[in-house]
Amino acid sequence: MGQPGERADRAVSDLPEPLEQALESLDLLTERADRIEALIGLADRFREVSPETASRPFPESHRVPSCESEAFVWLLDRPDGTLQLEFAVENPQGVSAKALAVLLDRSLSGLPAEDVARISPDIVYRIFGSELSMGKSMGLMAMVSKVRALARQRFR
Amino acid sequence: MSDPIEERGYAHPEVLVSTEWVAEHLADPAVRLVESNEDPLLYATGHLPGAVEVDWTRDLNDPLRRDYLDREAFEDLMRRIGVAPKTTVVFYGDKNNWWATYAFWVFSLFGHERARVMDGGRLKWKQEGRELTRDVPRHPATEYRAAERDDSRIRVFRDDVLAHALAGRPLVDVRSPEEYSGERMHMPDYPNEGALRGGHIPGARNVPWARAIAPEDGTFKSAGDLEAIYRREQGLAPDDDVVVYCRIGERSSHTWFVLSHLLGFEKVRNYDGSWTEWGNLVNVPIER
Repeated sequence: MGQPGERADRAVSDLPEPLEQALESLDLLTERADRIEALIGLADRFREVSPETASRPFPESHRVPSCESEAFVWLLDRPDGTLQLEFAVENPQGVSAKALAVLLDRSLSGLPAEDVARISPDIVYRIFGSELSMGKSMGLMAMVSKVRALARQRFR
Repeated sequence: MSDPIEERGYAHPEVLVSTEWVAEHLADPAVRLVESNEDPLLYATGHLPGAVEVDWTRDLNDPLRRDYLDREAFEDLMRRIGVAPKTTVVFYGDKNNWWATYAFWVFSLFGHERARVMDGGRLKWKQEGRELTRDVPRHPATEYRAAERDDSRIRVFRDDVLAHALAGRPLVDVRSPEEYSGERMHMPDYPNEGALRGGHIPGARNVPWARAIAPEDGTFKSAGDLEAIYRREQGLAPDDDVVVYCRIGERSSHTWFVLSHLLGFEKVRNYDGSWTEWGNLVNVPIER
């Protein structure tokens, strides 16, 4: 975790509004313990991809590359033209991956692909701070990049 | 299922403690459990009763310079986590004790001799269904007078590494084969790992650190299995002067632990500048 207030100073431009609001709420938690508690609260609410969407073994095309938490991502089309995000995290110790999955689901599900595609991997540092290990930050950034890549496929 | 620690043939078996031993010493005031993880959320989701957290970036590094904490900061840390000079510190953590051995190595720079590692780390403790708690303990502050940090025994800097490599002395690169070969410096579309050049220090052998671990329960392999890797396969000898490195010195602290404590190698030094320094240095030799 970075120093308190550090995340608020980190510029992440043009994010979808619900995601920006979620990040601003997190920015208010400048104490490390409070931030961790909030993120664990998110992780506790993680719900795995529904069996209607996918079952094990999950297809490799949905795997997040370089994520040691073995995360998988699905972007489903809703009838209203927006997207629904679903995730699987196979590593039971992948707490950060689960927290990120819940945050992305809550703030991006219900948005059109064009909006979802505006997310940036930089949000990982804003959420978790700059003191993540390289391996951890790359895995989490890869989750965001996978969501963005799948969203971009929808309107290419 | 691993053999008991004392039956694995280690040079210094006393440096490891089993999960059973830890379970029996949870309330022992002479023992301080220290959890050190890669994932900053993991400790707060549940840790061994009485365990304190030592964070590898926040607690072990100087906040400004690329260096470890100094004597004064180490003393403050020890007071804060309730460690006295005679306290037995038991490190454990995620990722097969990768970060636990890193913390162990930093503590060793200050000569805290009563240090142990819990074999199997978090993985084995959880596999055995043992107790975890979210309660953060408050241990009484201690008086701790540390020696000045001694970087001469187990740490090595770039000029010495260059001389070491030019002299053809043993180096062990514990990164992945892809990093070692220079094939991968970073993933496409992601920030690079902080090095302008890929490859390895000339003459370095490649032994990924996790080969020393039994993947099913995170315990260390037996001395016989470790000797098969480091001695017979790689040709290292216990009286060799060995330098180990990775990207920033964390993975290599695990191999340093294995070589020096489990196999009894006499002189093993960790190059914590590692590839993030070497891969950026001007005019040093690189092999691919």
